[in-house]
Amino acid sequence: MIETIAKVELPVDETLYIRKNRIKPLGEDCGKRISIVTGIHGDELEGQYVAFALQERIQQNIEHLKGTVDVYPGMNPLGIDSITRGIPAFDLDMNRLFPGNEEGDMTEYLASKIVKDLEGSDVCVDIHASNIYLEEIPQIRINELHAKELVPLAKKLNVDYIWVHAASTVLESTLAYTMNSRNVPTLVVEMGVGMRITRKYCEQLVDGIFYLMHEMGIWTGEVAPVREPIVSQDGKVCFLNANMSGIFVSETKHWMDLKKSDLIGKIIDPLEGKVLDEIVSPVDGILFTLREYPVVDEGSLIARILEQ
Amino acid sequence: MEKKTIFQINGLYRDDYRVTGYEFGQGEKSACVIGNFRGNEYQQIYTCSQLIRRLESLEKQGRIIKGKKILVIPSGNPYSINVQKRFWATDNTDINRMFPGYNLGETTQRIAEGIFDYIKDYTYGMQFTSFYMPGTFMPHVRMMKTGFEDVDLAKEFNMPYVVLRKVRPYDTTTLNYNWQIWETKAFSMYTTSTSRLDVNSANQAVNAILRFFAKQGIIQYESTGGFVSRVLEDADFVSVRTKTAGFFHCITQVGMEVEKGDLMAEVIDPYEGTVKERVTAPISGTLFFSRDTEPITYANTAVFKLVPVQE
Ligand SMILES: [Zn+2]
Repeated sequence: MIETIAKVELPVDETLYIRKNRIKPLGEDCGKRISIVTGIHGDELEGQYVAFALQERIQQNIEHLKGTVDVYPGMNPLGIDSITRGIPAFDLDMNRLFPGNEEGDMTEYLASKIVKDLEGSDVCVDIHASNIYLEEIPQIRINELHAKELVPLAKKLNVDYIWVHAASTVLESTLAYTMNSRNVPTLVVEMGVGMRITRKYCEQLVDGIFYLMHEMGIWTGEVAPVREPIVSQDGKVCFLNANMSGIFVSETKHWMDLKKSDLIGKIIDPLEGKVLDEIVSPVDGILFTLREYPVVDEGSLIARILEQ
Repeated sequence: MEKKTIFQINGLYRDDYRVTGYEFGQGEKSACVIGNFRGNEYQQIYTCSQLIRRLESLEKQGRIIKGKKILVIPSGNPYSINVQKRFWATDNTDINRMFPGYNLGETTQRIAEGIFDYIKDYTYGMQFTSFYMPGTFMPHVRMMKTGFEDVDLAKEFNMPYVVLRKVRPYDTTTLNYNWQIWETKAFSMYTTSTSRLDVNSANQAVNAILRFFAKQGIIQYESTGGFVSRVLEDADFVSVRTKTAGFFHCITQVGMEVEKGDLMAEVIDPYEGTVKERVTAPISGTLFFSRDTEPITYANTAVFKLVPVQE
């Protein structure tokens, strides 16, 4: 059933709605609830396909559903429609507004309505994509403050990698931080590329969500086994940044078992037809982030590698 | 006056990105003033240009105190100005959310690091900045409550107001916050405008800075005018919101005194031209911030901030 969780009037002949679809079991209800959130960043679209595919599969075997599934595919409707990461017109990153304020400005009001509606979920999955600049393998990012509780849950979601990162004050205004501090375990998934849908990754995550729902007792249908993710802390991640401005072209053959000195890509100069730099892996490891957008400035991120 | 390139990044097809500094006097790093980091902050650069003009003349008259050095950086981000993008154009990041920076990090982290490394040892730091929402302000000096803030010192600009802001999580990566943590006495300076030039307000800010320099023994300068600053905290402001959305017909002007119940603005139905809402003053006070630059308003959106009449 489609429910409007927040609405607000826009200046000229339009209303902004944030909606969710609530899917309830036909028969017995175990009382558990999972919430699938996406579209907080308007230019991250991987979650759109996940929201669709998840519901399509549920509807095909609805008799196996034993709990509540809430799907919130468009948290930032204006951003999604206008290819904007933040909230257009306010120039604000929606994921820096939580927990919001019901009495506050329009944007804070929307954030508070979202938090209120998500409260009571047993698990929340917030699906992000990478930006347009980088491709990411399916991964879950966890603030070390919540690692103990979240890592076991994250392992059920069929991702390749779980990155437990240091706490940072800047991240205290994210949806995940807010919900985790209110005892709604919330997992942040990052995968794919901004402005694109990578179906392979989406299907992989949908399998994971079914596995998690099965473990929670929400889904009694058959589920595929999940892959064993690599779990790491910050220390083992190395960042490769461009040493100069130019055009980046990937030479990467594989992501999973990279060897030290393997060529990752080149920075080229189309004006003079020269190779400006060759970027090689400094370690043996797993490439989990790779530059997608070719134009780079000095400092632009090219790759993140987990040392193995 | 000495003009220096203090940081640069080579461009692929564009000219190099350069941060240019103007130094006056020699000796200890006394005061640093920086203009824009965002591509719509024209007034911030303009104000610095007027300060540079005045300092050049004072230097020629031998009025920079011996052993004191002043650095003015009119723009921390000419690249965004020239393409009229608010943030760093290739990745849409905000340099003023990257401090203290990281020299092996991403482009804007490197820029922040390059600039911060050059300016972090100054005794006094002043940044002309802008609010995330467009609008018009009463001129003021703003500082964050980091525990290092010096309110009495801020009053020595004699700007109409000194505003103390509670630190929010996302403030910790701004220049002002990091300057304070590195024990620079840091102030954010707000003139009335951002994306349009207000010559009078820029001159008022230049005078405030010169007055401040004179009081700190950095320059020799006789100043007239100025205000006894009133100190305000976040909680002192009263926000006035529109309940509805539509055309924003603003009736009041920043700096005006309003009485409780006075009409401040109307929201006009965008198709039928009727008045949808009359926005009235909830208290008596001075209009401190107004979104009068905007033709439309959203619902539940703060359009004014009022400072209550002093008891
Ligand atoms: Zn995101």
